[in-house]
Amino acid sequence: MQPVRVFNQATIPVRQIPVLNYSLFAKQALALLKEENNHCVSYFGYQQDGQILLVMAIAEDTTHTIALLAHQLKVEDELTLPSLTPDHYPLHVFEREIHENLGIHFSGHPWLKPVRYPVNRANPDSIIGNYPFYQIQGGEVHQVGVGPIHAGVIEPGHFRFICNGEKVLHLEIQLGWQHRGIELLFLTRKSLLQQTILSESIAGDTAIGHATAYVQLMESLSSIPIPEALEVERTIALELERIAMHVGDLSNMNIGLAYQLGASVFGTLRTPVINFMQTWCGNRFGKGLLRAGGTHYPLTDEKKAKLTDLLNRFERSYLPMAERMFSLPTVLMRMEQIGKVTDRQMKLIGAVGMTARMAGVERDIRMSHPTAAYRRFQPESKVLVTGDVLARARLRDLEIRESILLIRELLGHHQSHETKPAPSANSVPDQFCISLVEGWRGEICHTAVTGPDGTLLHYKVKDPSLHNWFALALSLRDLEISDFPINNKSYNLSYCGHDL
Amino acid sequence: MDMKAATMILLAAILIPGIIVKVKALTSGRKGPGLLQPMLDILRLLRKGSVYSTTSSIATQIAPTVYFISVFTALWLVPMGDEASFIHFSGDILVFTYMLGLGKFFLILNALDAGSGFEGMGANREAFYSLLAEPALLMLLGTFSMMTSYDSFSLIFAHWDLATGSSLVLAALAAYLLLQLSLIENSRLPVDDPKTHLELTMVHEVMVLDNSGFDLGIIQFANALKFGIFSALIANFLAPDREGVWEMILFGGIMLCYAVVVGLLESFRARFKMEKNPQFILTLTSVAALTFIVALIITNKLL
Repeated sequence: MQPVRVFNQATIPVRQIPVLNYSLFAKQALALLKEENNHCVSYFGYQQDGQILLVMAIAEDTTHTIALLAHQLKVEDELTLPSLTPDHYPLHVFEREIHENLGIHFSGHPWLKPVRYPVNRANPDSIIGNYPFYQIQGGEVHQVGVGPIHAGVIEPGHFRFICNGEKVLHLEIQLGWQHRGIELLFLTRKSLLQQTILSESIAGDTAIGHATAYVQLMESLSSIPIPEALEVERTIALELERIAMHVGDLSNMNIGLAYQLGASVFGTLRTPVINFMQTWCGNRFGKGLLRAGGTHYPLTDEKKAKLTDLLNRFERSYLPMAERMFSLPTVLMRMEQIGKVTDRQMKLIGAVGMTARMAGVERDIRMSHPTAAYRRFQPESKVLVTGDVLARARLRDLEIRESILLIRELLGHHQSHETKPAPSANSVPDQFCISLVEGWRGEICHTAVTGPDGTLLHYKVKDPSLHNWFALALSLRDLEISDFPINNKSYNLSYCGHDL
Repeated sequence: MDMKAATMILLAAILIPGIIVKVKALTSGRKGPGLLQPMLDILRLLRKGSVYSTTSSIATQIAPTVYFISVFTALWLVPMGDEASFIHFSGDILVFTYMLGLGKFFLILNALDAGSGFEGMGANREAFYSLLAEPALLMLLGTFSMMTSYDSFSLIFAHWDLATGSSLVLAALAAYLLLQLSLIENSRLPVDDPKTHLELTMVHEVMVLDNSGFDLGIIQFANALKFGIFSALIANFLAPDREGVWEMILFGGIMLCYAVVVGLLESFRARFKMEKNPQFILTLTSVAALTFIVALIITNKLL
């Protein structure tokens, strides 16, 4: 049996996914993952009628499809499977997650470290309080623990550095303080509106990204058609989010460098962009804009004129400031060759989105698995190779410029429409749908399975940060501990997106 | 016995932190707080009680006071041009240097006493940078002591005149060095960032993380005094001899310029990677050595 292949955001009946015995499952999965252009986008398990179904989704960039394959276990069986991680490292986090959620032991997995301590974890005795942190012994070796409360009181996360003097030997990141049980809430909140609002709250800085993934998934599951103009609008919103977050991050990185001019100019440039979202839909982060089947806030001609004007004004301040920042010696000295990671490392940890692209790994859902307006309007994918803090700053700069071009093009092809949101979902029983969206951080993956009554049986959310946090730990190796903040800011990963 | 110099330094200490903040605000297009805001913050701290960790010892309780007193004592050794300082005696330039050193030593003790990983790192960095910066300051003071053949600030500056071209060059070098040294001493850009909220990148700020209330207030006021002291030393080198009110105005003007220059320097550049700091400080030591050699040549002692 061959894996079934689906397009991004296409719905198929669950029973069409081939259920293989584990050795065949492993063989087929590893054969697919061996290919350079394939990567695992989701691997999760769920229980139904005393059975556990493990589903793996592998994105194929060349065919623009997603290969699906599954393996079934009985709950009363001995839950031990040979780990696939030693043969394919990027699976490490998925296997850890399955281990934590369902109690399946993966023999041969190098480190089944807890991911986020979810409320419904298989082993309730596993708590952060008794977690054995990684240790290195030695005369001059010392540990520095940072968090969970952040010095700037942002989101909570614990970072444990093992240092030799100022040099970091190892950084262990332990998250899970933000866990809200989002995936379970999707199952208990039945109405379309409640679920949409939940999706907007998965990660506050990626409200549009996650909501797009959810809304388009539900439209596919319920076969709700949407007009082309709406697709264009959603794409504009996604790209605006990218611009706002990237320019905000550039400001934040400048605060880290103590370069005041850059910090204040980029900081003030973020405001008009998110203020435009406020005039568009009443919320600066775009909450309320995305609804399945339509929108309450269509992009009128008046708003389009405002947006065109905004982009022109934005460019007038942004371009000279970017030129200045990326040519100032003191700034460059602080970013070049700092926190370097290689393309090989990024492939091994399965990095996605910006984190992959800044180190030479081209991974962009907008190009490889386009949906909505990206099928017709493709931005140019920006890839840098150096993998240092400068590359992460520079990539943001390039992507901002590219997004502005794309929004201008989309505005030229946008027609007015009056499509109201669908009142409710009319999901079909026993369906499966996977939805990939390139948010500003990278690949967002939502997966839904409906039960016999047509409501959601399982909902899986994956934020790009799940993979990318490990890149931060790798960046810090052999670096001075004082370079941690600038590296952390250069990645700007999501705590709540990881913790769910 | 003259109180003029000390009064000027105290005035400068009250105004300089506010001027720096104001300049930085204006260059980034903000209004910024009032000039006295940093002092009002210190006043607010002084009215509060201090909280001591149960794991800390007497070191934490006395260190802020010793730090403040050592800086406050050093202040009275600095003259204003011809006007001698309140306290002056043979060899007071060494007492001045080691007064500042003593204060720093106690601040380091204070940081180590807290027993936190962050503060240990901060103390380590501060000690290392001070170790590297001290030769530069001593060599500079030694040079001028040799030039004038006196070893007291008051006599050195009373006999220091800007009449010749070569003395102008020396004065400029000294002013440049003192400006950079004051930035290191006060933990400003490019070696440290007083605005950062991140413990891992701090040098000075992290050492006082566990201090609070009155103790924190006097530590911050001592930092402000250091600004006043260094700006006064720079003014001594650069101000030509004048009498009475003109002298005060010249001195005040140079001190004011110093604050504006620090503000501007902090607005338009990024800080160094921590690894580069020792290199930067050693460069200053070599500039001090250069100043010394120039002085030797001028006084015909070398050739």
